[in-house]
Amino acid sequence: MKFGVVVFPGSNCDEDMVYVLRDIMKQETVKLWHKNTDLEGCTHIVLPGGFSYGDYLRSGAIARFSPIMEQVIKHAENGGFVFGVCNGFQILCESGLLPGALLHNNSRKFICKNVYIKAQNHQTVLTASVPDKALKIPIAHGEGKYYADAETIAALNKNGQVIFRYCDANGQITDEANPNGAIENIAGICNAGKNVFGMMPHPERAADPNLGNEDGRFLFESILKASLVGA
Amino acid sequence: MSAIKYSEQLTTVDTAKDLGLLPEEFEKIKTILGRVPNFTELSIYSVMWSEHCSYKNSIVWLKTLPKDGPHMLAKAGEENAGLVDIGDGLACAFKIESHNHPSALEPYQGAATGVGGINRDIFTMGARPIAQLNSLRFGDLNSEKTKWLLKGVVKGIGDYGNAFGIPTVGGEVFFDECYNVNPLVNAMSVGIVRKGETVSATSYGEGNPVFIVGSSTGKDGIAGAAFASKDITEESSKDLPAVQVGDPFQEKLLLEATLEVIKTDAVIGMQDMGAAGITCSTSEMSAKGEHGMEIWLDKVPTRQAGMHPFEILLSESQERMLIVVKKGREEEVKRVFDKWDLNCSQIGVVTKGDRLKYYMHGEMVADVPAPTLVLGGDAPVYHREYKEPAYFAESKKFNIDAVKEPADYKAVMTHLASHPNLASKRWIYNQYDSMVGTINMSTNTPSDAAIVNLKGSKKALAMTVDCNSRYVNADPETGCAIAVSEAARNIVCSGGEPSAVTNCLNFGNPYNPEVYWQFVGSIKGMSAACKKFETPVTGGNVSFYNQSSYEGPVFPTPTIGMIGLVQDKAHQTSLNFKQEGDLVYLIGQSRNDISSSEYVYSFHKIKNTPAPYFNLDEEYNVQAAVKSIIKSGLIQSAHDVSDGGLFMTLLESGLTNGLGVDVASNKAIRKDAFLFGEAQSRVVVSIKPANEAALTDALKKAGVSFEKLGTVKGKNIVIDGENYGAVADYANAYNTSIESKLN
Repeated sequence: MKFGVVVFPGSNCDEDMVYVLRDIMKQETVKLWHKNTDLEGCTHIVLPGGFSYGDYLRSGAIARFSPIMEQVIKHAENGGFVFGVCNGFQILCESGLLPGALLHNNSRKFICKNVYIKAQNHQTVLTASVPDKALKIPIAHGEGKYYADAETIAALNKNGQVIFRYCDANGQITDEANPNGAIENIAGICNAGKNVFGMMPHPERAADPNLGNEDGRFLFESILKASLVGA
Repeated sequence: MSAIKYSEQLTTVDTAKDLGLLPEEFEKIKTILGRVPNFTELSIYSVMWSEHCSYKNSIVWLKTLPKDGPHMLAKAGEENAGLVDIGDGLACAFKIESHNHPSALEPYQGAATGVGGINRDIFTMGARPIAQLNSLRFGDLNSEKTKWLLKGVVKGIGDYGNAFGIPTVGGEVFFDECYNVNPLVNAMSVGIVRKGETVSATSYGEGNPVFIVGSSTGKDGIAGAAFASKDITEESSKDLPAVQVGDPFQEKLLLEATLEVIKTDAVIGMQDMGAAGITCSTSEMSAKGEHGMEIWLDKVPTRQAGMHPFEILLSESQERMLIVVKKGREEEVKRVFDKWDLNCSQIGVVTKGDRLKYYMHGEMVADVPAPTLVLGGDAPVYHREYKEPAYFAESKKFNIDAVKEPADYKAVMTHLASHPNLASKRWIYNQYDSMVGTINMSTNTPSDAAIVNLKGSKKALAMTVDCNSRYVNADPETGCAIAVSEAARNIVCSGGEPSAVTNCLNFGNPYNPEVYWQFVGSIKGMSAACKKFETPVTGGNVSFYNQSSYEGPVFPTPTIGMIGLVQDKAHQTSLNFKQEGDLVYLIGQSRNDISSSEYVYSFHKIKNTPAPYFNLDEEYNVQAAVKSIIKSGLIQSAHDVSDGGLFMTLLESGLTNGLGVDVASNKAIRKDAFLFGEAQSRVVVSIKPANEAALTDALKKAGVSFEKLGTVKGKNIVIDGENYGAVADYANAYNTSIESKLN
């Protein structure tokens, strides 16, 4: 198992992701520069948060043309693990690896705060060790309102591709608990093959005991466990 | 203009006046050069001798501030920012700076470029910024103009800081009509660098190449420093081209490229381009390194064709750096900037002597000695006259007995909990990324100062910005000493020890003797408090001319940015009550004082009262006591009594967990003074009942006053047996007050 965190110009959560994977989860982790054309033998690819290319034009719209994305897409098509957080999620949607799009928050403002999310499918690589309760995970985005057409949403629901929904502290999925207007409170999804994941909340910001919240660790523990059993 | 050569465009005293120079300054320039300066040269002097760059009206007093401390690596003015030794081989670079004038005209870009500028000051030293704070002052929040300014400033800070990727961990926001025309936008950045790996803003070594890197140079921000050095008037909108435009994406690339190029060891010196652009960086670096430079302005990458030499020299286009490189190592430097897709162009060479010679297509357009331009060289230094204003004596006549105690205490409590100065600023701070970097230890553990994790170390950093400008206006000397003390108190209450200070001195027009009196008093108060707490002033900036020609000066606002060290993360102390049954104590003394409180000012609308009670020795002793009981592990929470008085302290302590209190007032003083007075040097702590004897013993030993207030109990605020309502109800007013005016 080897993690590769892709660094686009403007990525700013790359260090945080590397810190969690390498220093807290004790995994072999490298940074992959966006101009690279190979994945250096990485089995697990992570697209971190940030403002790739300044988010100019549209979040994630330019990053998907970076040379490394061709390899990331190939890796995903071969069933390899790809995980995008925040801007990484936006890039995965822009590149077509995940369905739907991320629109401006309903408030039209950037929002950074703790929110609660609840896993909707515990049978995936990302959620196998996640308990059936509300997890406190921070968000930090201006364009995080998940949107897809009705047909796509129906298919996501049917196939168990909705991974996380926004909820309140008690796990209730309510309108008040939806921070950005995402359709059906969707906070994270995966592809039909269940090997490509994207989510707006930042689990890497809730994994260090020094910060007083480790709910995000459940996701990383799931990844490691799934990999150990050869999933 | 192109008909005559640039070097032949001679100037007169009228040209000098148009550029903001005094007639005697024009004479001095002629003496220095031994001839009449040409227009380009005069432009250079006009920005370098502007208030903003030369500190000509403040330096005499700034020199009286304490600069030495046991942990100082770079003193004030030596580098772009102060540098403090924090142990473990690390140093902390930090600085605060104003961007008031640009923000008054164009709040979004004004605030955004303020954030960009202060971060460049940090990473130009080789330090990686790890945290940002800001201190904002606006006018009446009910006015449409204030709402427009606030929304623009907050979005500007957010868009720039969020994309740049450094968390905003703390700040303060204050509203008063005195800031209606001239808001204050002060931004602070804190960075970390390994000791011995810093880079200096210097230039030496004849023949070494000089590079400009980063963004291209455009016509934005031309003479911004000169614009910042005059009052805001109805004509100010014509200065809009003096406002710069920011690009946080370029800044992020510049940060990474800059830190990477430092690792090559090919760099002699580096300075960011802020005020006065190429002019300032070339002259300050040359003066510091005691060399000259030859600069070829036609080699500077520009955004548009046909820029004149003075425009290239004075442009304040953002996201640029000047780098002096060891000769022969040019390719290594270019390779780094190439990787990050940034401009990297050689624009000149280091020379012997002290002359700065600027060329345009082979024509020498300016020839000036570097030391004559800079602070500490021949830049003018003025002693300004000052005079005590009439309102000061008038305020001393205030007597609390003339104020009737309120008939309805609950009405006062609701007023305070929902007053924009005291209410939650979440509408603002939720727009800032406060968690990127995964080092903000205060997100889930709120405390008076922000606590920032030093990964891999036992230690953490504490940081805060503070200034109650109403106190400073009431009494500059006491008010500014309070600002320093409150900053230190916030750090101590959070489990830290104060280390050092950066200041942002926002005042009106220094040629007004009453404004200058406020400035002098503030410096005296700051000196006294900084000496007492052993927190040297490492740098900062002075922003004069914060006034409009028709509404007068803003409150004197010497914002204090302070950093401190938490020696052991186990000492991190939060401000919130933990569980019912805990005992609540007040450390320090309740006083019969409501002077300059939010209560007397906005509830009773009595505007002219003295500063609240303050005694520096008493403050010091209270802080020492709090430090010791935190280290002994005796307390559950600590929260200082500041704006809004004891009532707000108790309410804020209960908000996080929805916990109420049952407390008894001190019968020796008026109940309104007990609850709403802002007498200084007081801290509320909560403890487990089992620790009561140990706490009182420790406080007696420390020789400080204290009183038992009561217990953490239920969900309501109960005082002297009377129920003043649920914490949850106040929480609603507290949380939604500001956003209800803005959404």
